Amino acid sequence: MSAHENLPGLDTGLLRFLTCGSVDDGKSTLIGRLLFDTKTILVDTLSAIEKTSARRGLNAVDLSLLTDGLQAEREQGITIDVAYRYFSTGTRKYIIADAPGHEQYTRNMVTAASTAHLAIILVDARKGVQTQTRRHSYLAHLVNIPHLVVAVNKMDLVGYDRETFEQIRAEYLAFARRLGIPDVRFIPLSALNGDMVVDRGDKLGWYDGPTLLQVLEATPTAHTEQPEDFRLPVQYVCRPQDSANAELHDYRGFMGRVESGEIAVGDAVTVLPSGRSSRVKAIEIGGARQPLAIHEQSVTLLLEDEIDISRGDMIVKSAEQPQVVKQIEADLCWLSEQPLSSARTYLLRHTTREVKAKVARIDYRLDLNTLENVDASALEMNDIARLTLKLAQPLFVDAYAQNRATGAFILIDESTNNTVGAGMIR
Amino acid sequence: MSTLTKQTLSHLDWLEAEAIHILREVAGQCANPVLLFSGGKDSICLLRLAEKAFRPGRFPFPLMHIDTGHNYPEVIEFRDRRAAELGERLIVRSVEDSMARGTVVLKGPTESRNKHQSVTLLEAIEEFGFDACIGGARRDEEKARAKERIMSFRDEFGQWDPKNQRPELWNLFNARTHKGENIRAFPISNWTELDVWQYIERENLELPSIYFAHVRPVVRKGDLLYPVTELTPAQPGDKVEQVQVRYRTVGDVTCTAPVESDADSVARILLETATTTITERGATRMDDQTSEASMEQRKKEGYF
Ligand SMILES: Nc1nc2c(ncn2[C@@H]2O[C@H](COP(=O)(O)OP(=O)(O)O)[C@@H](O)[C@H]2O)c(=O)[nH]1
Repeated sequence: MSAHENLPGLDTGLLRFLTCGSVDDGKSTLIGRLLFDTKTILVDTLSAIEKTSARRGLNAVDLSLLTDGLQAEREQGITIDVAYRYFSTGTRKYIIADAPGHEQYTRNMVTAASTAHLAIILVDARKGVQTQTRRHSYLAHLVNIPHLVVAVNKMDLVGYDRETFEQIRAEYLAFARRLGIPDVRFIPLSALNGDMVVDRGDKLGWYDGPTLLQVLEATPTAHTEQPEDFRLPVQYVCRPQDSANAELHDYRGFMGRVESGEIAVGDAVTVLPSGRSSRVKAIEIGGARQPLAIHEQSVTLLLEDEIDISRGDMIVKSAEQPQVVKQIEADLCWLSEQPLSSARTYLLRHTTREVKAKVARIDYRLDLNTLENVDASALEMNDIARLTLKLAQPLFVDAYAQNRATGAFILIDESTNNTVGAGMIR
Repeated sequence: MSTLTKQTLSHLDWLEAEAIHILREVAGQCANPVLLFSGGKDSICLLRLAEKAFRPGRFPFPLMHIDTGHNYPEVIEFRDRRAAELGERLIVRSVEDSMARGTVVLKGPTESRNKHQSVTLLEAIEEFGFDACIGGARRDEEKARAKERIMSFRDEFGQWDPKNQRPELWNLFNARTHKGENIRAFPISNWTELDVWQYIERENLELPSIYFAHVRPVVRKGDLLYPVTELTPAQPGDKVEQVQVRYRTVGDVTCTAPVESDADSVARILLETATTTITERGATRMDDQTSEASMEQRKKEGYF
């Protein structure tokens, strides 16, 4: 692939994926390899890592150094936080979320997974499916990443043996079926030598499936592959109140991102929580009038009737209403060093709406080692639990499995303003 | 009736929609934000995004530039003109004022003022009580930036603590602060240099002239071209050459180097960017090369 082919056309999509694996499974090397073989690494970066490799006494360039981020990590030689990397091919732009493998960093993986279309789960061919593999797969499934790829790495260290690969595949599939993970692909590869990452190499002749990059290129970037309802959480209301300009005098634009579904001029809409209805008079995208808006576009809606609407309200199609709830059941990942306290009130942010929330009950905690549910009265950092929250005001929600945007929320500790919990509504 | 919408956004449309969403979240969540506008290409994109986010209304924030007093005159002229065209308020605070106050002390007259912008920025934040600064930094620029949040929390001293960042999930941004603290918001975090140039081309955005090829006296030192200017005169023994160059970033005269190029249009710059072999900062920033971790250090101290 020449650098010139890397110039993406203006009409290419964008795919977000994350990589996960245990420490030393070769995650950093794999990302380095993807960047290197798609010609994303530039010479000054390469020369910097060459110098570092030499200083550390390595005899080949260590591609994993490419994804080495912060000073503290370089000192400890581990990745402690999610980092984002970018590359593009002739056909699309990619955003990689590089999630650390250490077991205490569940929260980082959940963070990285929350925006991903696809997860690459690394398995060391010598070690096969590990506890960490199960844990990462479970989390990817919990956060509802539509596509999973199991990359069986270090095939060079098992003599590129087909039998080893097939065994790992069978073992993984048995476990995936138990969890209800539907769609998994398997690729044998060597990140170090570059086999089956971007180029096929000549050692894995028995494998006739796609390379990793081919899988990435063919994965649908669609926001969703299932029908969705129109949801527009209002972010901001534009009222220029320009008395000199008759047209602007009464302008009321309701600004927000179409989180799901689509909307056309003339559609009947309902505003929550007021429940008042109107029709869409105009749709503006970047200042231009459009007949239609689809998911992920940032738009401004103008309505036929004068309705009082403010930030935190939600505009929906009258025929597609969400549930209005004052209590939610959710899977929660606890992110803070301060344990979850059932006695405290937290601030819950759902779309653009904030409400106070309190734990009504913790149904169970998930033991990530055994993947069994256990009783719990408190939650520590990195714990995942099913619980019920009481809300001070109603929310307009969909189940997370149906709608990632209107099914997700975060909890904020008002004393520090830290984001302390990540929740997915059942 | 739910609908299955198969259509997807192009990468530029998606990046634009995300950036507008972020700008509107800042406006919705923060009481007193400001947009940092330097006249550079990234902040020029931010202004277009702000127009798309808030027109026909006014921007819900003023623009601000932290001027080192060592900027290229073409850029300063552009900055003032652009702000006037938009009809938005521009605040300029200058490192020289901080020097006069004694809050910035240079080691010597030739020391770059670039890193001292942090002091002036923090002083301006305090002066105006800003609770959020919108900046044009991108994660692809530099290692320490790759882990930067889109809404990045700074404590009362303007410090960034990379080990203690707020987790940022889905597109639920948390820009809450207590008094004295603030948020740095980066709407184009997910853009690369190439995306920026593609956007400039698509939106037909005007840029300061020094982004395009022009002939300028320079001295070659290692891989970098050092511009010869009034502020950075040639030293005895320097071999001054007239070279056709352009700037890939515009910043302080004393620490921004041009690259050799004959690209005189956005289309030609795009082609060059796509086929380039050196990162933007590697080619142009003398200050990032001092140590592998220098950007991280500056960010911890309150830099953009
Ligand atoms: N032989 C072999 N070694 C590999 C391969 N991929 C990674 N490694 C090595 O495994 C070690 C750990 O890799 P690294 O990428 O740092 O793992 P991470 O902790 O998952 O990021 C390094 O010494 C790599 O060179 C591979 O495909 N084959």
